Amino acid sequence: MADGGSCSSHEYRSPHHSDRKKAMAELGNGKKQASPEEVHPRKAFGWAAKDKSGVLSPFAFSRRNTGADDVTIKILYCGICHSDLHTAKNEWSNAIYPMVPGHEIVGVVTEVGQNVQNFKVGEKVGVGCIVNSCLSCQNCNRDYENYCPRIILTYNSLDVDGTMTYGGYSNMVVVNQHFVIRFPENLPLDKGAPLLCAGITVYSPLKEHGLDVPGKHLGVVGLGGLGHVAVKFGKAFGMKVTVISTSLKKEKEAIERLGADAFLVSSNAEQMQAAMGTMDGIINTVSADHSIAPLAFLLKTHGKMIMVGAPEKPLQLPIFSLILGGKTLAGSCIGGIKATQEMIDFAAKNNITADIELIPISYLNEAMERLTKADVRYRFVIDIGNSLTEA
Amino acid sequence: MENGNNAAASPEEVRRSPAFGWAARDTSGVLSPFTFSRRKNGENDVTIKILYCGICHSDLHSVKNEWQNSVYPIVPGHEIVGVVTEVGGKVDRFKVGDHAGVGCMVNSCRSCHECAGHHENHCPGMILTYNSTDVDGTVTYGGYSDSVVVEEHFAVRFPVGMPLDRGAPLLCAGITVYSPMKRFGFDVPGKHIGVVGLGGLGHVAVKFGKAFGAKVTVISTSPSKRQEAVERLGADAFLVSKDPDEMKAAWGTMDGIINTVSAAHEVTPLLSLLKTFGQMVMVGAPEKPLEIYAFPLLLGGKSIVGSIIGGMKETQEMIDFAAEHNVTADIELIAMDYVNKAMERVAKADVRYRFVIDIGNTLSAA
Repeated sequence: MADGGSCSSHEYRSPHHSDRKKAMAELGNGKKQASPEEVHPRKAFGWAAKDKSGVLSPFAFSRRNTGADDVTIKILYCGICHSDLHTAKNEWSNAIYPMVPGHEIVGVVTEVGQNVQNFKVGEKVGVGCIVNSCLSCQNCNRDYENYCPRIILTYNSLDVDGTMTYGGYSNMVVVNQHFVIRFPENLPLDKGAPLLCAGITVYSPLKEHGLDVPGKHLGVVGLGGLGHVAVKFGKAFGMKVTVISTSLKKEKEAIERLGADAFLVSSNAEQMQAAMGTMDGIINTVSADHSIAPLAFLLKTHGKMIMVGAPEKPLQLPIFSLILGGKTLAGSCIGGIKATQEMIDFAAKNNITADIELIPISYLNEAMERLTKADVRYRFVIDIGNSLTEA
Repeated sequence: MENGNNAAASPEEVRRSPAFGWAARDTSGVLSPFTFSRRKNGENDVTIKILYCGICHSDLHSVKNEWQNSVYPIVPGHEIVGVVTEVGGKVDRFKVGDHAGVGCMVNSCRSCHECAGHHENHCPGMILTYNSTDVDGTVTYGGYSDSVVVEEHFAVRFPVGMPLDRGAPLLCAGITVYSPMKRFGFDVPGKHIGVVGLGGLGHVAVKFGKAFGAKVTVISTSPSKRQEAVERLGADAFLVSKDPDEMKAAWGTMDGIINTVSAAHEVTPLLSLLKTFGQMVMVGAPEKPLEIYAFPLLLGGKSIVGSIIGGMKETQEMIDFAAEHNVTADIELIAMDYVNKAMERVAKADVRYRFVIDIGNTLSAA
């Protein structure tokens, strides 16, 4: 998998890291030497991070013309994902500046290429974390573009034409139709945007691992951008949902507003003990370093814990916490395009949206600061359409 | 698994059939002759005159109290094979003269969700063949002895013609790898399975893998095992885990991995060998916690799974499969009085690949 974007880390070198480094070094040849404004024929503007301070500021660049398979989208909203912050600050040691983050993009179609049958001008659509993949490997053929070794991410990635991808903190984007998600009429655009990353990131593994069955018991660790959406999906699947958190203050919220059935404070040994062996599955959204073994003991025999957060330090797993009860520790990274569309349709049908704080683009840096402290309930969404203007 | 509060009355008093074996008396783990007794054969029981008992590494851990749960004296042994000498009135799967085996469990609650699903190995009330407190409050004694009395449900029939000495280790080592290989679909012809560690568990995993029609790659720290693995055991390929080039060439090629290693080791390089959605099954039990970096799991939706022995139904199924496909363990047959030396060698993994005690011919009452 290309070593860029939401699921990469300096600790782990993917097989293609060295290819990419070489390609990036060649970004001085031919048209790649052109400035961001000249690389492509169409003017675009957004906010970019220029260095690892991660501070964002207005940035003029360009987008390609609408190709035969492309959809051009005027962006109305873009969610702020924690990965945007990690990447902008080069925390994963793979940042190429200037960088325009944003992979929870929603907008309206303004132009379609001649091969495009499924989208029309004026339609509401979304773009998530992926803008391209090889579309021919075994993973792509099974609708797992998220695991394609040639995946191209929405920002900070090297596209097939050798140019940098720029994300949704901008006024427009041009995307291959395969990677565009249709938004059903009744799904609010602003509150629906975060589903394009946070939503699919939890929905995909819940479906893959059979944690979508009515009556089963799901634990959700961490109540943030990912966690709160996991609670909503879990309840929509008809499951019993228990939130596991470090902060007691979130209990009322979890139960009364989000609809969780129960709440455990992970440092409360008695509560944790009482819940041992009760959960069919756990979705662990926490990226801070934390102790995994007590969570594993909450699982029933053959239970599964799915990591969707990525703590920096390695997880410490005493072997008996897995062996006793034949339990599984699995990882998952976003989801394929088919699953993303399915998830959006399911969300529309079941009135599932993210809980957001809508902000103007001028608030962006402050929002990023608050994000480092997890001070948001539960996702910032930039009101691009109404607040982003050319500098 | 704790010592019963009403601590066992002396073994000689409670049970009424005399028995004889070798036991460890303290954490030195040294074994010596030991007289005790077994319960009389009940209506659901079979009595087995023991002919062979495999030495499992767990026996060594137990006699030395490495898991902090040993109750001395311990008669280890949970790879037991022998001949049935008595059956209770309600027994219908065995008759006198049949060959039968006993593995790691001698009882479970028989009524919980796990037992109902044939996962007695996960029953909270499961009772181990040795060093466990049985339902009658007495301590269980294992197969380094002349006989065992066990409920029919926990006895395994050995098909006629199946070698008893080479079959004994299957009762623990065999089921420990067979169960997860079946559970995760590693038994589908054409799959590519990695086996980490070539010892008691590992060599049996290679044999089952080949019998399933899988492509099997052995991953080991010792280049010296390559010829053995490929030429004698039939593995298709061999990777030295410390060779980064060999490992890199195999990235993303395996549907699953059975990891039998109990020594401390890095799991991250092994995860790279898995295809998307691949699973690594841990059947070894390293002492220190595994260190698992999150990204190698996330990238490719991979899993690490734990597994511990298997249920009785699948243990019988495993033995029947092994008989049909000529899968047996590679053993070194030893006399009873060699057992302490054998234990020392087990500690150094100096055996190809399982010691089996020739109980029938060499265990005699002092």
